[in-house]
Amino acid sequence: MTDNLKTRSRPGKLVLSLRGVSKHFGAVSALTDIELDVHAGEVVALVGDNGAGKSTLVKILAGVHQPSAGTISFRGQPITLNNPAAALDLGIATVFQDLALCENLDVVSNIFLGREMSPLRLDEVAMEVRAWTLLNELSARIPSVREPVASLSGGQRQTVAIARSLLLDPKLIMLDEPTAALGVAQTAEVLNLIERVRDRGHAVIMISHNMEDVRAVADRIVVLRLGRNNGVFNADASSEDLVAAITGATENAVARRAGRRAGGGQ
Amino acid sequence: MSAPLLDRGDIRVTHATGVTGALGVLVDRVRSGDLGSIPVVIGLVIIWTVFTSLNAVFLSPNNLVNLLFDCSTIGVISLGIVCVLMVGQIDLSVGSMSGLASALVGSLWVDHGWPVALAIAAAVLTGALFGLIYALLLNRLGMPSFVSTLAGLLAVLGMQLYVLGPSGSINLPYGETLVNFGQLLVLPPAVSHALAFVPGAAVLLTGLRTRSRRTAARLSAASLGSLLTRSVALTMALEVVVVYLHRGRGVPIMFALFLGLALAMQYALTRTKWGRSMTAVGGNPEAARRAGISVSGIYTSAFVLCGGLAALGGVLGAARLASASQQAGTGDVNLNAIAAAVIGGTSLFGGRGSAWSAVLGIVVIQSIASGLTLLDLSSSLRFMITGAVLAVAVIVDSLARQSRASHGRA
Repeated sequence: MTDNLKTRSRPGKLVLSLRGVSKHFGAVSALTDIELDVHAGEVVALVGDNGAGKSTLVKILAGVHQPSAGTISFRGQPITLNNPAAALDLGIATVFQDLALCENLDVVSNIFLGREMSPLRLDEVAMEVRAWTLLNELSARIPSVREPVASLSGGQRQTVAIARSLLLDPKLIMLDEPTAALGVAQTAEVLNLIERVRDRGHAVIMISHNMEDVRAVADRIVVLRLGRNNGVFNADASSEDLVAAITGATENAVARRAGRRAGGGQ
Repeated sequence: MSAPLLDRGDIRVTHATGVTGALGVLVDRVRSGDLGSIPVVIGLVIIWTVFTSLNAVFLSPNNLVNLLFDCSTIGVISLGIVCVLMVGQIDLSVGSMSGLASALVGSLWVDHGWPVALAIAAAVLTGALFGLIYALLLNRLGMPSFVSTLAGLLAVLGMQLYVLGPSGSINLPYGETLVNFGQLLVLPPAVSHALAFVPGAAVLLTGLRTRSRRTAARLSAASLGSLLTRSVALTMALEVVVVYLHRGRGVPIMFALFLGLALAMQYALTRTKWGRSMTAVGGNPEAARRAGISVSGIYTSAFVLCGGLAALGGVLGAARLASASQQAGTGDVNLNAIAAAVIGGTSLFGGRGSAWSAVLGIVVIQSIASGLTLLDLSSSLRFMITGAVLAVAVIVDSLARQSRASHGRA
């Protein structure tokens, strides 16, 4: 992988390194020979079309799926992620696309799920204070942390899921489509938050279809196509180059559409 | 104006204050389908009114004391059912399991001369072992608990018949502590009155502690008045019940044991990490797994507890009847235990429930049984009425669930 690209911020030590990672679901190869490096203090955007394997890759790193082949190194040590708990214990936090919240539990319980304070006599007061602190850091607009998550809107749930991922002060945080359900202000807050997390020296992997968001915060853009690496770009790469890498051709639906619009406007 | 409280910063949310506010919140909750234990309390009032008007003996202290003795045995089984329902599973073999436990106690204690405590422990461990087997079948082989426990129902029934041998029943000796425990022993008045004070005092003390901690953390806190009102109301209600029961034989120790188990389980379900995980697994197993919870471990704990409690209930049942027979645990025991949990408000769909639902539910079911017995009506009618009550409870659960979904509550 070409890693001599100039990045926006000076990246720190190598946090995560994937070599030759593949994942097969029966006859389907969702991922083939994926290489990926993520350093401390950098935001890596993972882009690609639907079915490119982005979410599968995130689920492997979160311990939800196990890779069929390849090695994963985390902070210099080869690791195996047999279950989500293993990933969380190492300091890999994930905001899943479907958020993975328990609708029947309230906001505090969801944020602390599996990581409750004083297990034998839950410290509800301390947990509620910490929950409000996390949510306020995100400028969240949550009416009450004692309502079940079922009563929250999509954007509010997204914020809860992000707050939960920050709880353990992770070394690597992965966000799968973090801004898809958010309004303008919340999107800006999440992007600010990603930068803040990066500036604190954490590594961030972000999946997004929104090229604007990607270019706004990403230090490097890794393109996946049909389960394979298809190029690494700087944040200042042109939109045409990115789209070409994502779709696999300069002649593609996006370019044709852009051309038509340009032609129609004259 | 000082800085707003940490949880009162959002101006869009109205926060109820005072008594009218609290009532308004309650009405809102009920309207949206968050019924809690309200339907079962209303049902209980109706049932008691009807039976008392038909036969005044129903509400006599001694009939109620008998009722409480009867409640305790199946109630303990029902506590286990609450556990498995919480995680969205079911155990259909609790009836047979209680029968096998009573047979084991009879055989080991009476026939083989084991110390009674050891025999009881062996029976409870056997129940827990069967729970472990169901959990292994579910976790390792993905066998639905509905099927594995149905198979278990037959297998365990067979073991019960095998243990009892050709005679088919073992009488427990009258006069022994275990039999007295199941039939006679009541709390001394001083003890039961003292115990009736404990919940109110606990509510007040923990409430005050939480209040001062929340205030210190700049969170909204319950008012002193509401804490006092709740504590006093609870104490008075319990004292009235205790005074009334002591006009008869008094409060059965067996029922106190049942309440103690229910209290312990309620604490575990709501105030410990284990309980949180149970609720999470019942609500969304995949989300729980991704949060790092060992879902299979939680399933195992639920089934083991359910099996153990079913066996304990069976032991209490044997003490109540002073015998272990082929009939123990058959018939309606199974369904009564499951029905009690559901009637009390534990959801069949997982993720919602409380230990108190077992207590309320079993009181409803035993009230129906006791009332119909007093009216000299046959068990055919009892089955039909209990069936109808169960159907109503499940319909209420279903409707409330849909209503909660449309009102944005879980």
